[in-house]
Amino acid sequence: MFDLSPAEWTAVELSLRVSIVATAFAVPFGIAIGWLLARKNFWGKTVLDGLVHLPLVLPPVVTGYLLLISFGRRGPIGEFLYDYFGIVFSFRWTGAALSCGVMGFPLMIRPIRLALEAIDRRLEDAAATLGANNVLVFFTVTLPLALPGVIAGVVLCFARALGEFGATITFVSNIPGETQTISAAIYTLTQVPGGDAAAGRLVLLSIVLAFAALFASEWLGRRATIRFHGE
Amino acid sequence: MTVLAVDVEKKLGALQLSVRFEAAGGATALFGPSGAGKTSVVNMIAGMLTPDRGSVALDGTTLFDAAAGINMPPHLRRIGYVFQEGRLFPHLSVRQNLDYGRRMSGHPRDPDDFARIVALLDIGHLLERRPRLLSGGERQRVAVGRALLMRPGLLLLDEPLASLDAGRKREILPYLVRLRDDARVPMVYVSHTAAELRRIATKVVRLDAGRVVAAGGLELLDATALDELE
Repeated sequence: MFDLSPAEWTAVELSLRVSIVATAFAVPFGIAIGWLLARKNFWGKTVLDGLVHLPLVLPPVVTGYLLLISFGRRGPIGEFLYDYFGIVFSFRWTGAALSCGVMGFPLMIRPIRLALEAIDRRLEDAAATLGANNVLVFFTVTLPLALPGVIAGVVLCFARALGEFGATITFVSNIPGETQTISAAIYTLTQVPGGDAAAGRLVLLSIVLAFAALFASEWLGRRATIRFHGE
Repeated sequence: MTVLAVDVEKKLGALQLSVRFEAAGGATALFGPSGAGKTSVVNMIAGMLTPDRGSVALDGTTLFDAAAGINMPPHLRRIGYVFQEGRLFPHLSVRQNLDYGRRMSGHPRDPDDFARIVALLDIGHLLERRPRLLSGGERQRVAVGRALLMRPGLLLLDEPLASLDAGRKREILPYLVRLRDDARVPMVYVSHTAAELRRIATKVVRLDAGRVVAAGGLELLDATALDELE
């Protein structure tokens, strides 16, 4: 069905890898910050809330540029990470994953936070009277009850990561085999003569991936609902 | 023999709660009108509400002592709590709900104890169901079983029948009486209904407006019973 060239397959494989890694790293942060925003009152909460949502309202190019000057090799964070851990983001696929994760993060936080806010806290009290300490209460009651929200957040973040373009191309450029995801490949193909057929194939594939993600989330969400409500 | 010694004070909005009583084995009724502070007292025993002053001791162990700065967290108190609305975990089956307390306190599995309490409450046919699919009476029986299976030193029941209709109340009361006589776990039973307490209580503590107005036997439920006065 999809008669893709090796170069196009590379872009697809890279896109999936970048999106999966971005989402996987975002989940623990999403749950932790979602929990902080849903449950705690602390100094600077409004600032944290705003900071998390910034990528949603800023032009992606601006987010990409901010990532470039902070996580680039000469940026303060990028230099630190390279000197002490040997981690490099600039012009690598890891940088693409970072920008995709940052762009998807606000979409992940929101459903997780709402799910945590909707939990009946009295169930957590009941768990405590049954001998569960705070950590056990979180992992045996709070998190399982928030699972539908976590799933929704994961799917939204993954979908956003798959489609990310502006921040990624600004931060890590458009290098085939390293940072050229499906979106970037389509963009490149539309800029060269005779690229339409290849662009069309990748566009079709993007649509298929998007549908697959939606169906997966629908299926997982229904399974979680059945588990909780019994029908 | 005194099992539970409560002497607590707490300001709750306009209500100045000041309650002192002792309980032995059997079922001690906390009896009084709505707003008398019954649930607050029970929550202070369970550790979910911190008193301003006073102390709570169970089986000679101090659970709370304001002067000494002792406040044991709820998960260490080994006090079973049956809530008015059951509060079963919706994401777990009945069996997993029943087993929750044992798992959280890290006790080894005890199939005999499990079978005994399941039989006592007659909930064996419900084990694989989800809480949502239970009737109100079944839900409360499972809630009682869940609290018992953590092997509590004390069982708190806060209006466990209040959300049930008259038929369901008649259905569940015999189980609670059986529990009192067979399980040998001391109980503190909160209710504002004298008829219900006549069946279950062995001792009565009457509360009104945050104070103990009388303590004694079942006669406190009769002539001066609040639901007859009201």
